[in-house]
Amino acid sequence: MLTFILRRLGVMLLTMLCLSLVVFAFVNLEPNLRKLAIFQTEMRASDQDLENWLQRNGYRDDFTIRFGRWIGVWPKEPVIDPSTGQPVPRFRYCDESTETSFSGVLQGDFGCSTAFRTPVADRLSEALAATGILMFWVMVVMVPVSLLIGVLAGMREGSRLDRTLSVASIVSTATPEYVSAVIFTAIFASWLGWLNGSAATALTKGISFNNFTLPVMTMAIYGIGYIARMTRASMAEVMTAQYIRTARLKGLSFGAIVVKHALRNALIAPFTVIMLQFPWLLTGVVVVESIFNYKGFGWLLVQAASNNDIDLVLACGLVSVAVVLLTQLISDVGYALLNPRIRVS
Amino acid sequence: MESVGILGVAIGIAGRLWPVWLALALVVLMVFKFKRRLGLFGRLFDDRAGIAGVLICGFWLFTAIFADVVAPLDPRVQVAVMKNAVPGATEPESGMLFLLGGDLLARDVFSRVVYGARIVLTIAPAATLIAFLVGISLGLPAGYFGQRTDQVLSFLANLVLAFPVILLFYLLVTPGIMDTPIPYAMAGVMLLVPIIFFLVLFYTGYEARPERLYLYLGLTLVIGGWIYAGLVFDSDPLGIIAIEPNELNIFIAVVFASSPGVFRIVRGLCLEIKTRDYIAAAQTRGESPWYIMLWEMLPNARGPLIVDACLRIGYTTILLGTLGFFGLGMGPESPDWGTAIKDGSNVAQLRLYFWQGLAPAIALMSLVLGLNLLADSLREQSLRD
Repeated sequence: MLTFILRRLGVMLLTMLCLSLVVFAFVNLEPNLRKLAIFQTEMRASDQDLENWLQRNGYRDDFTIRFGRWIGVWPKEPVIDPSTGQPVPRFRYCDESTETSFSGVLQGDFGCSTAFRTPVADRLSEALAATGILMFWVMVVMVPVSLLIGVLAGMREGSRLDRTLSVASIVSTATPEYVSAVIFTAIFASWLGWLNGSAATALTKGISFNNFTLPVMTMAIYGIGYIARMTRASMAEVMTAQYIRTARLKGLSFGAIVVKHALRNALIAPFTVIMLQFPWLLTGVVVVESIFNYKGFGWLLVQAASNNDIDLVLACGLVSVAVVLLTQLISDVGYALLNPRIRVS
Repeated sequence: MESVGILGVAIGIAGRLWPVWLALALVVLMVFKFKRRLGLFGRLFDDRAGIAGVLICGFWLFTAIFADVVAPLDPRVQVAVMKNAVPGATEPESGMLFLLGGDLLARDVFSRVVYGARIVLTIAPAATLIAFLVGISLGLPAGYFGQRTDQVLSFLANLVLAFPVILLFYLLVTPGIMDTPIPYAMAGVMLLVPIIFFLVLFYTGYEARPERLYLYLGLTLVIGGWIYAGLVFDSDPLGIIAIEPNELNIFIAVVFASSPGVFRIVRGLCLEIKTRDYIAAAQTRGESPWYIMLWEMLPNARGPLIVDACLRIGYTTILLGTLGFFGLGMGPESPDWGTAIKDGSNVAQLRLYFWQGLAPAIALMSLVLGLNLLADSLREQSLRD
């Protein structure tokens, strides 16, 4: 088991390295660098000014060296001010050191956000905290509801309850976040006026039922259908197992069979599915936070990508890839632990 | 401004859609007449979910085909008076009905939704098809040969799958990237895969019958090369196949994002089928690995693949909507549903003029729902065999 986890962690690091390299290559494409330079210099900068800016701030250095600097295996050098000959930090607002030092991701320095004019780590931790709160509430709503629907539908396969719930889950899997957000906002915010169409106040004035229900509901609805369908399939399979028949012949009540004998075995498969939902939730977070104007990780990612904020994009990419891979690992390990028939080799 | 009310709108829409109803009625008639001979497709009509799925998908398919007849206006035409008009409002001068109202730029929402169907229903199935061919071409050898081939290919697939879709799109579909050769290089590689796939398919299958082999190989090269030239180099000699650079970019991004998923499924199916007796028999006969993969394994994996194709067209539709929603790739004037939802969904717009966002949202949802129902019913039917 331990070797399995260690090997998976190794593959994970390799994946993160490769993906960072790909992202690094993309954000450093010529049109993207130009976009960055235009954002960072005055409005009417000439081509020469843009080129000078890129040159001065080290964007024209060798690609490998720059990637090495970002990782932290190549020393970062400060910019030399041409007028005084003194080393100055590249971006004043980030409080960068003026001495040559190893300072990259490995040392815990994620660089400097050029769009928000602050160190990436500060902005990112703030945004992750905000998204964490949202994710927590989504999970609180999504997991129990979807498991309940799945178990109710799967315990009597083919019944009317099963059919109704199955159609409902198909409808919910057909509703991506941006569609449900529009529908819910139109109904609950525009028409009925019960809820806020924006979650911007959740971060400044605190979470309330009014400003947080719509984002949570929107995000949960897409996952509910999927998890419920998996739970239903798993439950329906368990209900046909030999030991359920034995329990029934023993004279146990239907409720007791479902709760004591079927439930635990039926919940192994959904566990994996719930874990593998995280990558999708990540996309959902981006959509929902943009629609409801909630300044969390997803909102940050959109800002970073549309401003070509190089360090921030890289950091966001790293965080999301890590989340995806870690949840995959947890789901594999958890599956093995929950199901005694599976042995990891 | 006059309005005809909800009932008027419903009658108006139903009336405009007459070619769609006609085509659907014809399909249903044909199905009930030749039900026995249609195999799996005929059996879809045995349960209610299947009927609903076929009808919804057919509805959107025919809407896309007859978009010119159904839509009263060009999706880009602006009629200044009708800015933010309510559904059912009539234009004072010509007396024309804006069935689903006007949008922020005074365009007819109904026409835009109808033309949006055309965009979605060309890109989504085509992208799914290419993604399937890429996924199959890589998944079969990964599952069949295993070992090093499998490790390398699976690592690459997991690499793409670990990428958050949104970030991938932001990197691949920014306007700036059109200045670099990257989209064309990716298109060049990915669209080459189908041609190679069919060449190998026919070569292994008809090796013993040269007269057919040369015919098929020639046809593949001519048709494949024609489409390839039209899409990648935008130099179709006949000028029929042409694609906007930004649409090519979207197409490639969507194929790139969904082919690893297909790869995984094909690989899994392949691992399972590999243990069957008929594969061992083929191996003993001395058949080449590619013959076994393409002519023995692939036909036996078709059931789950068809089901997945239905789901994946829906998923691709959602991806396209996401792209439009973030304003990536599609032009700002484009009538596709994602862009329309984006335009109609900012807070102020949704509060006052909800139909602008709601109409494309419901359109997209219903299409995906139809595809999901179809997939569900196909799965049930193939399990019954």
